[in-house]
Amino acid sequence: MNIRYSSDRWLPKLVLSPTLAASLVFVYGFILITVALSFTESRLLPNWEWAGVERYAELFDNDRFWVSAKNLAIFGTLFIGISLVVGLVIAILLDQKIRGEGFLRAIYLYPMALSFIVTGNAWKWLLNPGLGLERIVQQWGWTSFTFDWLVNPDRAIYTVVIAGVWQSSGFAMALFLAGLRGVDSEIIKAAKVDGASLPTIYRRIIIPSLRPVFFSVTLILAHIAIKSFDLVMALTGGGPGTASDVPAIFMYQFSFTRGQLGVGAASAVMMLMTIVAVMVPLMYAEARSGRER
Amino acid sequence: MNRAGRFLLYAALVSTAFYALAPMWVMLSTSLKTLDEIREGSLIAAPHAPTIEPWLKAWGTACSGVRCEGLKPFFLNSLLMTIPAVLISTLVGALNGYALTHWRFRGSDFLFTALLVGCFIPFQVVLLPMARLLGAVGISDSVFGLIFVHVVYGLAFTTLFFRNYYIGVPGELVKAARVDGAGFFTIFQRILLPISGPIFMVCVIWQFTQIWNDFLFGVVFAGSDSQPVTVALNNLVRTSTGVKEYNVDMAAAIIAALPTLLVYIVAGKYFVRGLTAGAVKG
Amino acid sequence: MASLGIHNIRKIYPNGVEVLKGINLDIADGEFLILVGGSGCGKSTLLNMIAGLEPVTEGEITIGGKRVNDLPPKDRDIAMVFQSYALYPSMSVRQNIAFGLSLRKVPKAEQEATIARVAKLLQIEPLLDRKPAQLSGGQRQRVAMGRALAREPQIFLFDEPLSNLDAKLRVEMRSEIKLLHKRLGITTVYVTHDQIEAMTLGDKIAVMKDGVVQQFGTPDEIYNRPVNTFVAGFMGSPPMNLIPATLAINDGKLCAEVTVGPTGSKRVHLPLFGFDTSTLDTLTSTGSSVLLGLRPEHLTDTGRSNGMTANLTVPVDLAEPTGADTLIFITLGGARCIARLHPTAVAGRDEVELVVDTSAAVVFDRHTQEAIAFARV
Repeated sequence: MNIRYSSDRWLPKLVLSPTLAASLVFVYGFILITVALSFTESRLLPNWEWAGVERYAELFDNDRFWVSAKNLAIFGTLFIGISLVVGLVIAILLDQKIRGEGFLRAIYLYPMALSFIVTGNAWKWLLNPGLGLERIVQQWGWTSFTFDWLVNPDRAIYTVVIAGVWQSSGFAMALFLAGLRGVDSEIIKAAKVDGASLPTIYRRIIIPSLRPVFFSVTLILAHIAIKSFDLVMALTGGGPGTASDVPAIFMYQFSFTRGQLGVGAASAVMMLMTIVAVMVPLMYAEARSGRER
Repeated sequence: MNRAGRFLLYAALVSTAFYALAPMWVMLSTSLKTLDEIREGSLIAAPHAPTIEPWLKAWGTACSGVRCEGLKPFFLNSLLMTIPAVLISTLVGALNGYALTHWRFRGSDFLFTALLVGCFIPFQVVLLPMARLLGAVGISDSVFGLIFVHVVYGLAFTTLFFRNYYIGVPGELVKAARVDGAGFFTIFQRILLPISGPIFMVCVIWQFTQIWNDFLFGVVFAGSDSQPVTVALNNLVRTSTGVKEYNVDMAAAIIAALPTLLVYIVAGKYFVRGLTAGAVKG
Repeated sequence: MASLGIHNIRKIYPNGVEVLKGINLDIADGEFLILVGGSGCGKSTLLNMIAGLEPVTEGEITIGGKRVNDLPPKDRDIAMVFQSYALYPSMSVRQNIAFGLSLRKVPKAEQEATIARVAKLLQIEPLLDRKPAQLSGGQRQRVAMGRALAREPQIFLFDEPLSNLDAKLRVEMRSEIKLLHKRLGITTVYVTHDQIEAMTLGDKIAVMKDGVVQQFGTPDEIYNRPVNTFVAGFMGSPPMNLIPATLAINDGKLCAEVTVGPTGSKRVHLPLFGFDTSTLDTLTSTGSSVLLGLRPEHLTDTGRSNGMTANLTVPVDLAEPTGADTLIFITLGGARCIARLHPTAVAGRDEVELVVDTSAAVVFDRHTQEAIAFARV
């Protein structure tokens, strides 16, 4: 093992070392610093005086934090659920030897190329209570139609779901379609020979075999949902008031505009915990079913 | 399937396509209308007398915050930030992927797993220390700071892309080159690079889209002069000088989206491959 | 050109797995060494270590008497042909051949001359400007050989170079490699799992299993005097029959007592010719049970008798005509055995009379599986 015969021995390690160092400092190190900050007296400036769990107590006492957590739960569940269903349905429809499939696929997927800021602004305009969707329906003859979700505190978070689903269901579709194309065609032939109808084949054979795709799509959508910041900023700005606040906005405002570094850090740690809490069971379940297969 | 079923199938697909396209159509038509027409006409109707006034204003004179120079300076900021960040992170990722697959050493698999964590963390958890660091080094409020941040947090993804691609390149190719007398960099340059075209496309497009569309780092780390276009767009839309100019807002939104849309239209195949590859993490 | 020495070579991976457990092989300048064995026996690892592609855990490798353990591949003056050919996909055939030369800063004119010489030797002149993707499997193989030949190395290394070719091409390339070696006389190490390649190509064969060389010798030694049942079973197709038998003295002659047929009710005594009886005395006195190793061609029909034989009538379980010969499956000593007969000797019979050439037999210990006696000394 103690061969040192050329630069090729250490060059690969040298090449990797800046990335390793960056990861150690800027990912692992910074996470530790943030965790540490969340246990200090920091307000406007970092203050390394130990404060125990005071910041967390403050965080959990804050109604706004709970609003944002509830909003994240609503947004996350609906956004992931609807994107999964819409994506899967379109993928199955597209899988029926459709003429112009490539063209349609390109149309479904283009929103993914847009910034959430752009998407948010587009939907803000579409859902504008005075001039948007509401007025079109009224112009079509349904004069009593109202659609004021964007300015309705009880409904604002659902507009975020609408825009989010619009942007991401094409992505789910693309992954599901790739999964559908990967199903062994001989299994489908065998099922046909056994006399199974097309819906049965999808329900009993194809969709169950897409398990790993469900896993990756859910993982990524959950990730997008928990980090969601720009979409909400652009669409509702967290409003009306704080009605559509999400943890990412809470974290941003407490850390950078309200001068509450400690609380901001605590909320960031909570976000990390949420991702860990979602990812670890998902990945564990997937790894276990992977062994069973 | 019978004809009626077929018809329903196409009807469903085409109406979904309309749903996908509708917001873009409304943005585009709104951006070409006068404010009067917006107030009186229909949201989805095509403009009667198209005008490019809103576009010119959005590009050159609209106010974003206190600056009334349109999106132009910020669009340039985004270019200055995105291009170097994409190139650096892609190149380093390529070398990392190459070293991790064809020059494995004890612990290299563990190292890769450790790097992957960077793909999963919510960036909120690193914002505070990074803001302090950039301030201390003196590159906060500058494009350099943004380039640095995007490179650092893009490396996990670019390394993943190249690692997954290079793992499919037969190890015998590298062995043959070593017997022929080539070293680490020669093999990378002469053997691996010439066959890496597709993965470079995927990686560059992915990084370009991510960095161009980023808002969080932009809004936290950029100063008023180094803002990327996404942040400027958000400010522009929020800056009201009396009348709300929806046509200018929409023109600005399309301008901010144009580069990534263009990439999508020109190289959609690689874009999709990037999404799918990014999805199969680890 | 150079001799090659492999002394007490061990390879232990960081996870503790020991894939080579002390290998010793020496071949002279110009010899053709075959490393043969099943998958996982360590033969490719050993080849990679000779090439310098894997570090040596323990032991010493010498090329031309000079220790090369610490030399990188490029300084060992070797050339290697890989199983997948490993042609650089982005380069033309010409560039593939010239790559190693250009890295060694060989002058352009000399490179051209080398390419021309190699291309002519391997008849790949019309392919020089093609990319690997445009070549057939056989053509790729030739180019891979050409790339190795261009370097005029001290040692050639081949890692299962023919296993990706179809059967016909494989036979063709096999003889071509043999011709090239004869013409150029370059020391060669050749890894294969194919015992026919091993027999036809090698000057020396090392049969490996589980990181240990089971036997190292000439093809003739390996084939006729296998040191244990593994080597006996690995080399030869169909493999050597291993017949459970008991040694005994019958009519003053050394005999092997064997049951015949599926039921095993019949017993015969096969006289063993040409054995040095003294070495077997101790065994026979205790009526020791052994395995009698006999190749299929030594269990044959009466037409092929050479005098040093015993005759035997056995029931035929199954006959498999292969064209030139017919193989019959019979039961001897309770074990399934194969005999090689002339087709006319079998046709339509339930029983055949076999001639057993016991002077070619090998006696193995039934417990240790090691050879304990050979007939031809």
